[in-house]
Amino acid sequence: MIKHLISAPNRVAKTLITSAVMFQRRHIKTSTTLLALLGLLIIVGCTPSHPLSTFDANGPVAQRQLDLFMVTFWVSAFIFVTVGSGLIYTVIKFRRKPGQGIPKQVHGNTKLEIGWTIVPIILLGAMAIPTVITQFYISEPPAGDQLTINVVAHQWWWDIKYPESGVITANELHVPVGTTINVEMTSNDVIHSFWVPKLAGKLDIMPGKTTSLWFRADEVGEYFGQCAEFCGESHAWMKFRVFAEPIAEFEAWQQKQLANAANPTTAEETQGASTFVAKGCIACHSISGVLGAAGVIGPNLTHLGGRSTIAAGVMDMNQDNLRKWLTDPNEIKPGNIMSNSPVSLAYTNPNFALTTEDINNLVAFLHSLK
Amino acid sequence: MASIAGALRRPYNPTGVWRWMTTVDHKKIGVLYGVSSFIFFLFGGLEALIMRIQLARAGQDIVSPEVFSQLFTMHALTMIFLGVMPLSAAFFNLMVPLMIGARDVAFPRLNAFSYWLFLFGAILLQSGWFLGGSPNVGWFAYAPLTSSSFSPGNGMEFYIVGLGVLGISSVAAALNFIVTIINMRAPGMSLMRMPVFIWMTLITSFLLITAFPVITVGLIELYFDRTFGMNFFNPDAGADVVLWQHLFWVFGHPEVYILILPAMGIVSEVLPTFSRKPLFGYSVVVLSGITIGFMGWAVWSHHMFTVGLGPIANSVFAITTMSIAVPTAVKIFNWIATMWGGSINIKTPMLFAIGFVGMFIIGGLSGVMHSIAPADAQQQDTYFVVAHIHYVLFGGSIFAIFSGIYYWFPKASGRMLNERIGQIHFWLVTIGFNMAFFPMHFLGLDGMPRRQYTYQTEMGWDFWNLISTMGSLILGIGILVFLHNFFRSLRHGEIAGNDPWDGRTLEWSISSPPPEYNFATIPTVHGRDAFWEEKYGHDGMTVPVVPAGVEANNDAADSHHGIHMPSPSYMPMIAAIGLSVAGYGLIYHFAASVVGASITLVAIFGWAMEPSAEPTNAEGDS
Repeated sequence: MIKHLISAPNRVAKTLITSAVMFQRRHIKTSTTLLALLGLLIIVGCTPSHPLSTFDANGPVAQRQLDLFMVTFWVSAFIFVTVGSGLIYTVIKFRRKPGQGIPKQVHGNTKLEIGWTIVPIILLGAMAIPTVITQFYISEPPAGDQLTINVVAHQWWWDIKYPESGVITANELHVPVGTTINVEMTSNDVIHSFWVPKLAGKLDIMPGKTTSLWFRADEVGEYFGQCAEFCGESHAWMKFRVFAEPIAEFEAWQQKQLANAANPTTAEETQGASTFVAKGCIACHSISGVLGAAGVIGPNLTHLGGRSTIAAGVMDMNQDNLRKWLTDPNEIKPGNIMSNSPVSLAYTNPNFALTTEDINNLVAFLHSLK
Repeated sequence: MASIAGALRRPYNPTGVWRWMTTVDHKKIGVLYGVSSFIFFLFGGLEALIMRIQLARAGQDIVSPEVFSQLFTMHALTMIFLGVMPLSAAFFNLMVPLMIGARDVAFPRLNAFSYWLFLFGAILLQSGWFLGGSPNVGWFAYAPLTSSSFSPGNGMEFYIVGLGVLGISSVAAALNFIVTIINMRAPGMSLMRMPVFIWMTLITSFLLITAFPVITVGLIELYFDRTFGMNFFNPDAGADVVLWQHLFWVFGHPEVYILILPAMGIVSEVLPTFSRKPLFGYSVVVLSGITIGFMGWAVWSHHMFTVGLGPIANSVFAITTMSIAVPTAVKIFNWIATMWGGSINIKTPMLFAIGFVGMFIIGGLSGVMHSIAPADAQQQDTYFVVAHIHYVLFGGSIFAIFSGIYYWFPKASGRMLNERIGQIHFWLVTIGFNMAFFPMHFLGLDGMPRRQYTYQTEMGWDFWNLISTMGSLILGIGILVFLHNFFRSLRHGEIAGNDPWDGRTLEWSISSPPPEYNFATIPTVHGRDAFWEEKYGHDGMTVPVVPAGVEANNDAADSHHGIHMPSPSYMPMIAAIGLSVAGYGLIYHFAASVVGASITLVAIFGWAMEPSAEPTNAEGDS
């Protein structure tokens, strides 16, 4: 009995290997071709240069996640090709032939079945180890220098604060390259998700609690971000950017952000500044340096003109786009509160409606806020 | 007194539409389930096509973001609750009694009640389209987007009450099948001689009665939040919004297996029949199904890998999720081994079953990829997940359901579906499906998030989206070809005979379509693949054992043998109407709920009181 038990695994392995070898000899060519085709398809299918691609990883978090993905991909591709070609081979080889009688009635084979229970366990076990290691690695930022950034997600924009320096901005994070960034996040309304595919996998942002995620950008560059949890009508338009800069450039950016808004210079800009106050924009928006402009419902606009995008990463920052946005924000971001909330007098109260001249002045003023 | 008795009288020989409205015959109810859910399936497909057309190119404006949100929410709800689940229920109804050698289910009137409640619940869920807007928060309905401040209007109420009503229907049906399978098997059919489809039905039924209470709790809490201002999911009052996610996915993941296990059951019947070999490793396949059913309860948080539950929770759920791949892989190996050495007859049911195995390998592997929690942080909420779920739910469940339709249509209708059109159907669906959904893997890895009503061209997603949309149109044409085949074959199809596929299980031993009482004499079962053994003996080697029942069944197709079948009844439908009225009352006015609940109570009273069999004198109680 004991001898039997000891030899059982041995025999299981033997059976498996024999059948695998028999199978492989015949199909190694087909399998290799298929595997190559699949690899080609994936490479062509996922050109890594796109803004939200997960293949163009930068920094340790995204890189570890990509490495892990590639391991599972090749294991899966191997299984797919082996089992898939086994399936096709079986179906072709054992097609009914004319006049064929009843085939041998095989009810099972315990050894084989034990074998193909154990093989997936081994493969999965092998994948589980790096999974757990990586999971722990990405969950806790490494010790050492860190920069903390607080992000508050709103329907459909991002409020960004740097607690150490006191910088307040929106929709664009600037980070020093090579520094561990610790993002502490909470939501003002519904659940959102913070996702910059090239820097780190996503993490949800919850109202009533704080979640935190870390990443490090190892190369200078502009990285696209996107809210990844469905958060209502304009979920598609809740984008953002991360700019990784050399440390000196980052410091300079911070200093600039801390300054008050630029004083209006032209007549249009000056007119724009008073329109900003008169039409009630200040109820929701802050511009430090403009008296009364201290609203906190919408994004802080102190250095709006200096950002590269408007409407949460949706459009490039330029006068035309600003005009489009101010003319009909609901067209660009359906359902946003600026177009629909009764507090937003300029858009919901006919007495405060913006004239073309108002809009031109506001565009000039906002664009000057570098 | 006479009037009450009159109202309670059962309709003994209803005609026309009443024959269907009052039926308690499992086969008729199965047909009702099948036809209604296929209509909903088409409806859900139409919703999908509108979304695909919207996404064919960047920046299109064919539907508004609001309508798009309603479309993706209703597409999921329609396909899951009104498409795949009731299509499976159609097979349960049609086939379970036939395959276990019974004359009907254990509770025929409860069965009718389940169907009518399903239909009215489905109409309730869909009525948002005509009554001011459908739910628009995704089928997972994460709090607090579902609160009355973020989702004003009645959309969420249609979701809450609709799913609640459908839940009652599902639980009633599941209890019915559990009792039927446990108590009403033909003599000799021990548990380990049951066809695998019956096993999967049993496991699915247990999952239904255990999973639906969880979501019902969530739905009631959500209803209370929205209607009475309670704070189960209100973060401003200190609630943890993750609570809903746990409730939803503790239900939602077993639900996935509710959708796939019946499909695995169908395939486990079709592959042996068309290979002329018994299922390879029957006990292991059954045990794998049971294991999947149990493990289905231990993996829900893999839907929540990006919630921030912490590395320990993520690791544990990653490992449990990976381990569920083991019984799944074992099943796939056993299916291939079933065909190995067989005599494979590639007819349409077999094509779809083979297609199922192929597509399920892909869906299973992308599922394993999702279980790798850190990597999943990049895939969660992208089109990679959309690709995965469609490979398991369309490439899996729907392929198997088509396989089952081609396989059992002859038994239910007496006619064959056309083979040539069937093959065209299969190839159109297979090509269209893969074209529509395989590129979604690329889109997801390329960062395209789900549930976006549009995207910008600089994201680089145009090409594969266009391919996907073209694929979905081919898929749609494939479904139209099937409809053509269905209606054509219903009238002109080749006459099937009792056993067109050289079947292995008991349903093939009786006429097609079966008589109302199914089996004139209840058969005695001597082994697995009971009918095959009767035809060919054990393993085709011994002399066939022909039990008395089979011959008697073949001889007795027309004579009634004095078998008493349960009479039709109005009560199940009336009880279901009452609950549906009560449901609308929960949305619009509680007075209607009182009326509806009263109707149901009266109907239940009538149900309990109506005579169980036809009185000898039809005027006996006047």
